[in-house]
Amino acid sequence: MTVLSVPTRRDEAWRYSDLDAAARVWPVAAPERIVVAPGEARTLVLLQDGAEGEIVIRDHAVEIGAGGTLAVHLLNSGGALGRVTFDVTLARQAHFELKAALIGGETQTLELITTLNHAEPEATSAQTVRAIAAGKATTNYLGQIRVARDAQKTDASQSFKAMLLGRTATANAKPELEIFADDVKCAHGASIGQLDAAALFYMASRGIDPATAKALLLEAFIAGLFDDMADEAERERFATVARAKLEALG
Amino acid sequence: MLTIDNLHTEIDGKAILKGLSLSINAGEIHAIMGPNGAGKSTLAYTLGGRPGYEATQGSATFNGADLLDMEPHERAAAGLFLGFQYPVEIPGVSNVQFLREALNSQRRARGEEPLSAADFLRLAREKAALLGMDMEMLKRPVNVGFSGGEKKRAEMVHMGILDPKLAILDETDSGLDIDALKTVGAGINAIMRAPDKAVLLITHYQRLLDYVRPDFVHILAAGRIVKSGGPELALALEKEGYAEVIAA
Repeated sequence: MTVLSVPTRRDEAWRYSDLDAAARVWPVAAPERIVVAPGEARTLVLLQDGAEGEIVIRDHAVEIGAGGTLAVHLLNSGGALGRVTFDVTLARQAHFELKAALIGGETQTLELITTLNHAEPEATSAQTVRAIAAGKATTNYLGQIRVARDAQKTDASQSFKAMLLGRTATANAKPELEIFADDVKCAHGASIGQLDAAALFYMASRGIDPATAKALLLEAFIAGLFDDMADEAERERFATVARAKLEALG
Repeated sequence: MLTIDNLHTEIDGKAILKGLSLSINAGEIHAIMGPNGAGKSTLAYTLGGRPGYEATQGSATFNGADLLDMEPHERAAAGLFLGFQYPVEIPGVSNVQFLREALNSQRRARGEEPLSAADFLRLAREKAALLGMDMEMLKRPVNVGFSGGEKKRAEMVHMGILDPKLAILDETDSGLDIDALKTVGAGINAIMRAPDKAVLLITHYQRLLDYVRPDFVHILAAGRIVKSGGPELALALEKEGYAEVIAA
């Protein structure tokens, strides 16, 4: 959905965003349209590693035809504002899968906004989102799932976990379910935590220095998100960018 | 090797250790026994440097260095090993990765070359075999899904790989069945019984001491060592209980 006027706090999808940054690049381009044909299986690999200070807003309007599948891997770690949105409509027995990591430091705002429209029966969706925020960074995940009256046997899941590395870092999670069908499974979970002090001491007691211990725990926190990426070169690129970013968080 | 003099430790402002003194020489195995709440685990954590365990008085000197002035990872690199009563689970980090980082961090701190992946795996395999632990388990995340006994065996594999000078083992025998106790006891002897090494065993029970014979036994009560003796002291405790032996 293209909003012509500059967004405000009243727009639910912009509630935690960096509105000043958005205003500077407004209006943004129309959403990228992705159409998955019935029965087709597609993947999308998205690396948002914009330069320092850059304002990146990427909207996606996705339609998945009956029995089609779209699997998205997203690493959102660059820019002053890094905002990625998906508006997805699923037809009968379609499947949408999203595995995403948000890694931010300094004063970055990184966000992921998803709206899943389970329009027809028996479609499935699974979203796994991990966020790491250091410094004064803000990470946001707003995930809306709408299940239409006819969309029986919908199976939708959403998992968000955030790790805050300092008192001034922020994570916002807003799961939102609108269910009009009566035979559906919708699971969602959100948790926000800090590095495990017991694990840090255990690692130190074995001789691992604090910086390495922290890096190992953070890598473990996002481990597995990108393991099933088909393209090995892309997987390596994600791992390299993620590691460099985690090291830069200090 | 380790000299503890008049050590006082507080947790959240509450005094737990109240003037503990103890001296351990190379080649010796010491056991500390004591009732619940005496401060046994506090002693282990204070020596290991756990945040929140504040030494307010006294000193601990390890091979000439001020132990209490070192960061926990520096204590490890200096040759101190802390065996945990409740080993910590670390999802997403494999034992192999964890231990290789640990060993190479220690080696770097000592100015030694890091071990190659192949050399490390050879070492890990050898130490795992010593403790009867399947190498497959070492590929799994640290302590995740391990039974109580497996965690304690894994602790001893850590010790074997890291090859410390002084091991402080906090209730390594708890949660072990008889077979595991034998294996762990044999492991401690194989890894740590040497003229240039020493062990401080912290335990509730005599039974581990049947397999790892201590040279000295100390009784810790209310934050101080109230009695010291040879192995016979542990036997007397087992027979008569803490109250009797402390009063005698």
